[in-house]
Amino acid sequence: MAQSSVIRPGHISLRVLDMEPALVHYRERMGLQEVDRDAHGRVYLKGWDEQDWFSVVLREADRPGMDYVGFKVINEAALNTLERDLRAFGCTTERIPADELKHCGERVRFTIPTGHVIELYARKDYMGNGLGRVNPDPWPEGLKGMQAQRFDHCLLYGDDLDGNLKLFTEVLKFDLTEQVVDGDLKLATFLSCSNKVHDIAFIRHPEKGKFHHASFLLGTWEEVLRAADLISMHDISLDLGPTRHGITRGRTIYFFDPSGNRNEVFCGDYTWYPDHQPITWTADQLGRAIFYHDRKLNQNFLSVVT
Amino acid sequence: MNSAAFEIVIEDTGERFTCAAGENILKAMERLQRKGIPVGCRGGGCGVCKVKVNSGAYTARKMSREHVSVDEEAGGVGLACRLFPISDLNVEVVGGLRKSVLAERLRH
Repeated sequence: MAQSSVIRPGHISLRVLDMEPALVHYRERMGLQEVDRDAHGRVYLKGWDEQDWFSVVLREADRPGMDYVGFKVINEAALNTLERDLRAFGCTTERIPADELKHCGERVRFTIPTGHVIELYARKDYMGNGLGRVNPDPWPEGLKGMQAQRFDHCLLYGDDLDGNLKLFTEVLKFDLTEQVVDGDLKLATFLSCSNKVHDIAFIRHPEKGKFHHASFLLGTWEEVLRAADLISMHDISLDLGPTRHGITRGRTIYFFDPSGNRNEVFCGDYTWYPDHQPITWTADQLGRAIFYHDRKLNQNFLSVVT
Repeated sequence: MNSAAFEIVIEDTGERFTCAAGENILKAMERLQRKGIPVGCRGGGCGVCKVKVNSGAYTARKMSREHVSVDEEAGGVGLACRLFPISDLNVEVVGGLRKSVLAERLRH
């Protein structure tokens, strides 16, 4: 496994304009399970195959977008070490007390060079996937909508991609798995702390702190097509797909939640190992890098963010 | 949805289309395959479909304060995906797709 003591993206906090339509979207259409609510009106959800208590937090606000994305680290000692290393790198870190998010231990919060807020934490209450740990069935009955298995990764837009790359690779020990370059200029970077081909990704953009999409894993291409059917059945705002990405090879569809935050459901990317070498896409082949079938750039996909 | 319908005029292009009561003007435009107002997230979040209503009455649902301030909203500015007409409307396009660094680089 990777050398990083960061395990995975474990939660994302998204702002929504109105909670009730957002819950219909994430719970009934995407099939996330509502697992808790708190005194601040936040609603906690998880994909059915996630073991920890929650992975998505929705918060009602006057503008959509992402508050923060949190990564789980292997233990408390790793959390302390990473906090020290982040400070040595020049980041200001803040400790968010345990249970500020219900079921979650103390979080170390910091802002990365593109202006996004990232958190690290070592403890979250265990819920399990409902199948048990002795002789389990392969999946639970009664799942809703797209039956998303887990929150998988997010793609963020911001200006200082080089600063982010340095921080993620040198301090957090992520691997660069794929990149889009124009000469020496990095236009997009895909980063992994695990066997996944991306746990987080960044695209160059003049504004800081923008959110492009939160992605959720499905099992098969047939399930991606079924998600596309549900998108039409329920008149969900479609961005594009179903299609194939050149980058990461993912089979994918993109759509928007009722507040305009973009979501992806996908399947079928490949396994990353830490001894692999990064893949490079050149700007002159950007069409097929992003949309392998159309081989054309889609202005909405590239520029619509919250 | 009741049977009332209103005419929407996009002043920039002269495009006209019908919007049913209870339908937002961006959705009506898209359903009738018309163009004129840029389409983004359709959820009041991205600001791409920002318009100024120069005449007519409508109701507005909550939209991102990142893109429409309280003063703008009071002055008839809004996101077309969140505006529901209650009379015929004349609108002027204010928003648009932002530049994409990736797309810009492809042209070089």
